[in-house]
Amino acid sequence: MPSSLKHLLFMVVPLVVIFAVLPGVYQNHLLLFNFVIFLILAQGVNIIYGFTGYLPFGYVGFFGAGAYGFAIMVMQYQTPAVLAVIVAGLVGVALGLLLTPLLRLSGAYFAIANLAASLAVLHFVANPALESVTRGPYGVALSGTFDPNMAYAAAVVVMALTLVFVVFLKNSRFGLALQAVREDSVSASMAGVDVVRMRVIAWLASALVAGLAGGVYAWYVSVFYPDNVFSGDFSIFAIVFALFGGVATITGPIIGVIMLYGIYNLIGFTAPQYFQLIYGLLIMGLVLFLPAGLVSLATRRGWHVP
Amino acid sequence: MLIYALVAGVLFGLYFSLVGIGLNLVFGVMRIVNLAHGDFLMLGAFVAFGIVTLAGIDPLFAVPLAFVVFLLVGVLLYWVLVPRLQGSVNPEMLSIILFFGLSQVIEAITTIFSGTSERSIQSRLLGTVFSTIKVKLFGGKPGPAGPVHIFGQGFPAPWVIAAGTSLLAIALVYVYLYRTRMGTLTRAVMSRRDEALATGIDVDRISAAAFGIGLGLAAVAGVFAPFMFGSVTPAFGADATVTSFAIVVLGSLGNPLGTALGGVVYGVCYMMVQTYLSSWADLLPYVLLIFILLLRPSGLLGRRVRVA
Repeated sequence: MPSSLKHLLFMVVPLVVIFAVLPGVYQNHLLLFNFVIFLILAQGVNIIYGFTGYLPFGYVGFFGAGAYGFAIMVMQYQTPAVLAVIVAGLVGVALGLLLTPLLRLSGAYFAIANLAASLAVLHFVANPALESVTRGPYGVALSGTFDPNMAYAAAVVVMALTLVFVVFLKNSRFGLALQAVREDSVSASMAGVDVVRMRVIAWLASALVAGLAGGVYAWYVSVFYPDNVFSGDFSIFAIVFALFGGVATITGPIIGVIMLYGIYNLIGFTAPQYFQLIYGLLIMGLVLFLPAGLVSLATRRGWHVP
Repeated sequence: MLIYALVAGVLFGLYFSLVGIGLNLVFGVMRIVNLAHGDFLMLGAFVAFGIVTLAGIDPLFAVPLAFVVFLLVGVLLYWVLVPRLQGSVNPEMLSIILFFGLSQVIEAITTIFSGTSERSIQSRLLGTVFSTIKVKLFGGKPGPAGPVHIFGQGFPAPWVIAAGTSLLAIALVYVYLYRTRMGTLTRAVMSRRDEALATGIDVDRISAAAFGIGLGLAAVAGVFAPFMFGSVTPAFGADATVTSFAIVVLGSLGNPLGTALGGVVYGVCYMMVQTYLSSWADLLPYVLLIFILLLRPSGLLGRRVRVA
């Protein structure tokens, strides 16, 4: 059995089935939905950071743009929600295309420029001068399409598509070429890899994933403000979850989301500053003592982790 | 109107240079991104609050205090965090995440001890030491310092004092880098870290000093933050970090004069947009940062190009 089929059968299918069945058993629908959203975003970060080495510090820009793409389609054109989610994904891709020049930057420069880009999009969307289009800082309310169950189903579908793409990256020549570019772009290009095209495809794929997630999120919550959907927490959480598990693997980000987001919800929201303190210390400890993530505990012993 | 915007832009710009210069030093020497820079600014502001509420004296006295305290904090933090970070596979990327964690910790601790409310200091308190000296030497009545007049326009005294302090601080950084032995070594580490190590320079000691000075300068800039921005909350750090980045990248890395120029250009642009297109002023730092990164990644005065 080829390993891609094995990965699909033993990791993607069970995860999708679990999240499809859980709402019937477990009451807290919103919590499950947030788990699915963070699984999508962590894998999106995995696609761009794990496989190409670009750290998308403003990843939430795509997410928020997707959410507003959904909102504008529903508010201005009264389109059905499913179509609006697809448009949300395309808005993510369009923003990704607009930002492709950023890929010329390296290292910290890219991360900072990406952060600045996401903040620029936030301030653009929230500008009172655009109130007739985006409703500016006053937020949007989409009562017409409100349907949590359908939105949840859509989120699970997006998650399944994202996981399938990551399995493809992990098992294909394309993914291998991307990792070669990440390690040494000059050698990779001498070996015949089209460096620029590879990076742009991975970048747009990761933007598409975040745009779709944003659209589904807007569908689910239906009332939100620019500060909600452009909150830097989305970028940070997705990056930390992916790193905690271990990037450039299929399992790493999944483990990261389930463990860390689980802990997050166990600690609860009663005292956010104590949570922030624990979280900050956790991040610092992670970087100092386990920079390659949880899976490195296994790979160090020579075990293969998909 | 135009002259007012220009002069205010230069005054703010000088202050912005002070805001960015510490970040510039840290990135230039260590190649690590101090994402907690803005939080040290915020802590500097809290030193000023402490001085005013506990001792009731001119917040200017907080400047040397903040510098010394955060110089020591920086040297200490360096030895705890950085050598371990430099040993990892990709220190530049991981430093972003590490210092983000640090900024969360600082913000959380400040919130736990002081709450989330906005704090400000009455602006007439700043610079009372000058008027007291004036009264002692020349007689006359002690009174609140009025606005300072430049080109026939009145500007709040704290702006002028902050700009003056910034000029002094930049001059001192210049003297440190170009007129002292430590500074020469620092510049050697900036240009080629591994070669500096091979020549026998104690890179860790130089870097620790640069890190301490960087944090100290951030805290000094923070002392003036309540006067320049109106008020300060524990969450102020994140915005201040992005603004500092815009200024540093606008100038160039590892060149204090570059940061001074970047700060002034930024300040003048900021005041111009604020005056003529106020609803778009929030966008400026981000858009400016992206354009400069794309068009001239090495900054206005830089020579080094960093592209993938």
